[in-house]
Formats: sequence, C-alpha cells, structure tokens
Amino acid sequence: MDRLPKWADAVLVPLLSIVIAFVLSGIVIAAIGENPLNALMIMIDGGLGSTYGWGYTLYYATNFMFTGLAVAVAFHASLFNIGGDGQAQLGGLGVALACLFIPWPNWWVALIGATAASALFGAAWAAIPAWLQAKRGSHIVITTIMFNFVGAGLMLYVLKHFLKPAGSQDPSSADFPAHLELPKLGEILGAVGIPFSKDPPVNVTLLIALAACFLVWVLIWHTRFGFALRAFGKSEPAARYAGISPVRITMGAMLISGALAGMMSINNVMGEAQRLVLNSSEGAGFIGIAVALMGRSHPLGVLLASILFGFLYQGGAELSMWTSIPPQLIWVIQALVILFTGALDNMVRIPVAAAFRKFGKRRT
Amino acid sequence: MSFESYVSILDSTVRLGTPLLLACLAGLFSERSGVFDIGLEGKMLVAAFLSAAVAYTTGSAWLGLLAGIAGSLVFSAIHGLASITFRGNQLISGVAINMLASGITVLVGQNWFHQGGGTPALSGAARFRDMTLPFANELRDVPFLGPIYAELISGHSVLVYLAFLLVPATWWVLYRTRFGLRLRAVGENPAAVDTAGVSVVALRYAALAIAGVLCGIAGSYLSTALAAGFGREMTAGRGYIALAALIFAKWRPWQALGSTMFFGFLAAVSIRYPTIDLGVLVIPNEFMDNLPYILTVVVLAGFVGKAIPPRAGGEPYVKER
Repeated sequence: MDRLPKWADAVLVPLLSIVIAFVLSGIVIAAIGENPLNALMIMIDGGLGSTYGWGYTLYYATNFMFTGLAVAVAFHASLFNIGGDGQAQLGGLGVALACLFIPWPNWWVALIGATAASALFGAAWAAIPAWLQAKRGSHIVITTIMFNFVGAGLMLYVLKHFLKPAGSQDPSSADFPAHLELPKLGEILGAVGIPFSKDPPVNVTLLIALAACFLVWVLIWHTRFGFALRAFGKSEPAARYAGISPVRITMGAMLISGALAGMMSINNVMGEAQRLVLNSSEGAGFIGIAVALMGRSHPLGVLLASILFGFLYQGGAELSMWTSIPPQLIWVIQALVILFTGALDNMVRIPVAAAFRKFGKRRT
Repeated sequence: MSFESYVSILDSTVRLGTPLLLACLAGLFSERSGVFDIGLEGKMLVAAFLSAAVAYTTGSAWLGLLAGIAGSLVFSAIHGLASITFRGNQLISGVAINMLASGITVLVGQNWFHQGGGTPALSGAARFRDMTLPFANELRDVPFLGPIYAELISGHSVLVYLAFLLVPATWWVLYRTRFGLRLRAVGENPAAVDTAGVSVVALRYAALAIAGVLCGIAGSYLSTALAAGFGREMTAGRGYIALAALIFAKWRPWQALGSTMFFGFLAAVSIRYPTIDLGVLVIPNEFMDNLPYILTVVVLAGFVGKAIPPRAGGEPYVKER
C-alpha cells in the first residue's frame, strides 16, 4: 500500500471520514423530511453558541475522553476493549460505595478517594477478560462483550437489593451527601473572573480528564512500559523475542484501560447525578471506540474527538428539542464515523494515496 | 410442578430459542468462512423493524419477511464491503453495524409511525399465525404424548419449523456439498483455497449473504411472530446470545441447535420464575438472565472443553503480490 505523508494520515484521512459521515447523515435527515443545513445550524447553536451549550459539550466530552483513552491504550497493545461500558458502570459502583459509606471531610478528599475507587473497580472488571486473554487465549473482544452484559446485570442486582433506599421503587442509590458535590466549571472560572454558565454539569473532573490525556501520552511515548506496549502491539513475536512478557503487557494494558473507563464515573455519577442510577454510563463506553478511532489512538486526537462527540451529543439533544429528529441521530453519525474511520478506512485511504501519488509526481 | 407446566416451559423454550437458532446459524456461515460477525444483533434489529413496518403497511407478513431479509442483506453487504473488499477490521465493522441499526431504526421508525420508534400493533395477516399441525386437537387427550404433540410440537409459526429444518440443511450444506467444503476451507486456510483457483472473495460474500438472509428471518420472527410489532431495541442482546451460543456449539450446526435451545430454556425459566428459591439460597433473576454470557466466558476460558474458532477468522485475506 502507498505510504501517506504523516499529516495526511493523522489529519486528512480522519477529517475526510467524518465529512463523509456527516454528508451521509445529512442525506438521512433529508430523507426523513428535515432540512440538514437547518439541523446543523441548530446543533452548532445549541452545542457551541453559548457558554451554557459549551458547558454541556464539555461535560459529555469529559466522559468520552476517559472512555476514548481507555480504548486507545488497549489499541496500542493491539487489544480491542469493547468492555468500556461495563467497566464504566462498575467504576460508578466504586464511586457510589466510596461516597455513600466513607465519611469524607470535604469534596476534594472525597474526589481523590472516589477516583481511586472508580479506577479500582473499572480495572477489576477488565482484569478477568485480560487474564483469560493472557493466560487462556480467550478472545478479549468476546469476553469483554459478555462482561458488558454481566456487568449490567450485576449493577441491576446490586442496585435493587443493596443500594436502593428502603421504600423506593426506582433501582437507584440514595443521594450522596451534599457536601461532596464537585465544583462546577462555571464556579471555578467565575472565581478567576471569567463568566461561564453555572447550570451545565461540567465540573472539576474535566481537569482530571485533561491530566489523564497528558499522563497517557507520557505513559505511551515516554516510559519503558509504553515502549513495550507499542512493540507488543506492532508485533507480538518480535516483542516476545525481545524479552517482553505478553502476559504482563496484556494485563497492564487492560488494567489501565479498565481504570480509565471506570474513572469516567466520577464525572457522571459524582459530578452530575450525585447518586448511582441504572445504566449510568449511557453507552459512553461505546462512544469511546469512535473517539479512539477518530483520534487515531493519540491522546491529543482523543481530546479533540471527545469535544467533537460532546458537541454532537449536546447538539443532538437540542435538535430533538426543536425538531422532530430524535436524539438517536447521534447513534447514526457515530456508527458512520466508526465505520469510515475504523472499518472502511482503506476506502478513504486508497483514493487519497492515489491522489498524492499523482500530484506528488507532477511536482518532481 | 405439573406435567402441563413442564410442557409449557418447553413450548416457550422453542419460541424463545428460535430467533437465537436462526441468528446462530447465520453467524455459523459467516464465521466458518472466516468473517467474524458481531453485527448479528444489528442485522436482526433492522430486519425486525422493516418486517413489522412493511407488514403493517401492506398487511402481509410475507412481504414483511421479504423486506426484513432485504434490510438485513444490505447490512451484510456493508459488512462485506468493509471486511472483505476493503480489508478493514471485522470487529469494528460489526460494532458500527450494531450502532447504525439502533440509531436508524428509531430515526426512521419515529418519522414513519410517530410512536417512539416502534410500529403500531400488528394483527391478522400482518402476523405469522401459529400453525396447527394435523390431528393436533384430536390427539390432545392422549395421555403424555398428546399434550406434547398438541402444545410443544404443533402450534408454532411457520418460521419456527423453518428454523428447525435449517439445522439439518446447514449440516448438509456444510459437510456434504462442494460449497460447504470450500466454505470451511476458506475459514481455515484461504490461501490454499485461492491456490486451488476458487475465489476467496466470492465465497465470503456468499457466506455473508446467507448470514444476511438468516438474520433477516430471525428479525422478522421477532417482530411479526413472537411479538405483534416492533419496539425500540427489541432484539435486546439476542444477537450477542446467539454469538455466545455459536461459541458454545464450537461452530457446528447440531450443537448450535442444542446450545440455542438451552439458552432459550434459560430465558423461558427466567420469565416464568423470576426468582428461584432453592431453600438454602435464592437465585436472582439477574443471574439467570446473564447465565448465557457467564457460561460462554467459562467455555472460552477452556475450563470445559476448548472452543477453537476457525483459524482464519477475523483476518482479511490479502493475495500475495
């Protein structure tokens, strides 16, 4: 296959893919009798037109940064972790247990504890498929899919039988203590004199997500373990020959991946809902796949793709409010993005490479 | 527990196991040809929607079935395009197909019927009716065998009988025809098939087309026979359970019948007895519902036998140049 310049591979191909996804989604919108351009304007206005819209966009983006990084770390080791959603829900259980049963003195101590608990629970849920892949050779894609379902069942059971307050019908936990509420981004920015809406749920977790992006970048490109991880991902026999332990890499990559997916729950469970509800992750684990593919598994790419998907979610919610287009439109766009950046990558890449060959020759 | 209630649990086992069986056979064809298919769920969902929508609009369940198969085939073609022609990642393509199906069924359904993504209830000829086999009513009073014949064997829709006939048919195609031999070979060693002058691409597309038809029937059964109409996300993970059943059956047709009926039985028991009290411990509903997934992980772990997938599964085939 032709080699593309680095910038074309990292920016042009994903960008073209998302343009194709948008055009196809536009055709779908037109087919159901709405005006696609009008829809796009409503989305841009609702997602990016005010600090209120930005607040929601960044709130969703925080979720997707965690799940996107989770998928990306596993991708670098050539492991496909579809279980991000189950790991995120279990992470939510960790957050809920930490917030409900430990008497924290204030929010920031609680945040450290809850972050640790969410990472621990998420990693634990990834540990079993990881161990089975490393030691028994079971395909990690299938086991993580199965663990998503088992995780959802487990959460239903725990909520219904243990965490639900007495007398309540709703399978969700009691509210967390009020003093554990995380500061909103609006309050933080307000304190330094930047006006930002205090209504959206975007909170201090955004800063943790940004830190996580940076730490994952350091981990993958500037540590011994990261080097081993990438070597293993490129060629397992070569890595094995170089003395890299496949068991150690598989376990390490999946534990980090699970921990990152679990940490998403500090944003939605502790930052937004202030209690644990059923299906708390709302499919964010799957969006992580789209985000990681779109971002080419690079933390900076994941960061940008998360904001894009955060915008799509907020814009989609606004769209369903003002038009007859249901919010599931986002699932279509997301699926098309996954299809074109992940599976039909070559369909975009081959013509681009051909174009480069043609114009490259002319120049020389 | 009375004899009648045993028969009635087995009756719902057949009803609930049938869509799993059809989807499982679909996966069997696809994966035996070396194409992983985690998009079974999405294909079923699209087929279920189109079947119910067209059956409601035209009043004919058979036209609904055809529409369902057509929709499922389109999704199979997308999967083929991504994983065969453009040699993309088959798992990622499957994930995309499932998401696309969840999104597009609601999007189109909401626009078409304005009922929150579902279709209106189907009635009359828009549904597949339960067939009464000959002498079912006359033989009902025969002790033991009578109720088994009248309740368990008779009284299902035509799609159920079709699904059961497809098991020996699949076995025959797979192990007794030239196409079947080539199909199994292309899933194990595509290079050898290519060397013999047989097109790997054509074989894999054929396998995906068969999978598309079978998923189409499965989805159509869900919305026009088992239920009376389409509801949002009505496949509810059945595609993944079918995938689990396929692993459980180690990619073989008769074993697929066994595993899907076993999973159907688990579902039937879980619906009838939300909690099972064994005296010393109470088995919760959530455990029963998730037993197929748990058992699959146990089988995959190799603690009970060893499930070895087709060797070339998941690998796009690249001709050497």
